[in-house]
Amino acid sequence: MKESVIMKIHYGTALGAVVLVAIHILFRMTQNFSESLQYESVIANYQFLPYAIMLELILILLSVHGFNGLRVILLELKQGVGYEKTVNYGCIAAIAILVAYGSRTILMAGFGM
Amino acid sequence: MERQSNREGIKGWLNPGRYGLERLAYWLMRLTGLGLLVYFIAHVFETSSIVNGKEAWEKMLDLTQTTEGHIILAIVIGMCVFHTANGIRIMLGHGGVGVGRPGRPDYPYKPASLNSRHKLCILASIGLAALAMMYGLAVLFGE
Amino acid sequence: MAAINPQLSNELPSPIVDPHTDSITLRISKFNPKTDSVVTFQEFKVPVHKWTTVLDAILSVKQHLDPSVAVRYSCRQASCGSCGMKINGKPALACYTKISELNSNIITVEPMNNYPILRDLAVDFTQFFSTHKKLKPYIIRDDSEVTDDSKEFLQTPKEVEEYLQFSYCIKCGLCNSACPTMATDSSFIGPQALAQAYRYVSDNRDTGKNERLKIVDDSHGIWRCHFAGSCSQVCPKGVDPAMGIQLLRGYLLGFRK
Repeated sequence: MKESVIMKIHYGTALGAVVLVAIHILFRMTQNFSESLQYESVIANYQFLPYAIMLELILILLSVHGFNGLRVILLELKQGVGYEKTVNYGCIAAIAILVAYGSRTILMAGFGM
Repeated sequence: MERQSNREGIKGWLNPGRYGLERLAYWLMRLTGLGLLVYFIAHVFETSSIVNGKEAWEKMLDLTQTTEGHIILAIVIGMCVFHTANGIRIMLGHGGVGVGRPGRPDYPYKPASLNSRHKLCILASIGLAALAMMYGLAVLFGE
Repeated sequence: MAAINPQLSNELPSPIVDPHTDSITLRISKFNPKTDSVVTFQEFKVPVHKWTTVLDAILSVKQHLDPSVAVRYSCRQASCGSCGMKINGKPALACYTKISELNSNIITVEPMNNYPILRDLAVDFTQFFSTHKKLKPYIIRDDSEVTDDSKEFLQTPKEVEEYLQFSYCIKCGLCNSACPTMATDSSFIGPQALAQAYRYVSDNRDTGKNERLKIVDDSHGIWRCHFAGSCSQVCPKGVDPAMGIQLLRGYLLGFRK
């Protein structure tokens, strides 16, 4: 993938995440902070489909943005064909693992355990 | 004997005082980015405890809803606001917005790209982050 | 016939006697990769006037105290870019930096970072020039001004101003030395070459924009610039490479056509 395409994705995920994380935080502020963290309250949020979809999108956008940022930092620290391949595939794997693990939480909490 | 490559290494990223506010912003952007990534991974793991039932969730809350946890969260709020605000400034800068127009340079050759607009945006990002942290602390410790 | 280096003692050489001037301590980085394993600093007491430049001080040391100091210099007027070095931790041209503006009695001069050291203050510019060449630093077009049936390529003053400041680059290398990405990334193109790519892309006589954009669109190309601005901070000629790089990136992001 061309680096310009990767960086456009990096910028796009950043902008998307800003909007969605703002909504995510505002949701927590609809109630008193400690009340909003009560088990029943959180489960109700997960079972509200639009909110669950928003959480899934945040998960994907932030995983891509965060690990691509880490990839950039690691590529600048050291160079070499083998190292760069490891960093690139490692970051893709990390994105996949985090998205999979987070999606598991959203699906299980959303559809009941 | 081999010539030393003489690269500054990671030391070159630090010591932001040498090169002005923009270098400090670069350094803070890296720091906050890494910090937010670590927090994000931890957040995904901590929230996954909800699938293990109410007891597990409340055990997680006992661990995180502490004074130390609130301070960490306030720092995360600050990092998030700075990274977002400065990130938007950088995205616009990367597209050539606000970096000035090419012209005929004259002594003392002040670079047009390192202008007061960008400096103000950096300071505003830091200010907004501080305000957000104070608000966050008020909400977290106010209850 | 090669000059024979005099045997130097480890004691601080005695200062040149001139009771009417101030004096400063000049710490010069000494390193010969053929014989040394670590960089050392030699200190010299040098008399200075209000107008004395760092280069003047170094040449004074060479003339009176230690002729073995290796330093590049030529024009002494910030035109050639030869005397780039790190002065009190910041890359600058030695001929263009007055001792008085450094506000310190101890001046430390070291070779520029991110370049291999040849000896003492002289560094190797091989990679610098090869990267510069990679970006095709010449007008690319099918026709030419020098054939019988062609006229010179005319440009309005406005068209010249689009690229003029970037043409002021004297290849001193200070920008690459200051760049935080160059500090760790040995494959990074660097601010100098990227700014020169923009110099030609923005020249309306040039038709090689797409070729150059393809070269810079790389994982160690323009995208590893994070607009830290240190290159523009240290540029002695007002080239403002940071501006050139962001304007060039504007083409790749669709902000400019």
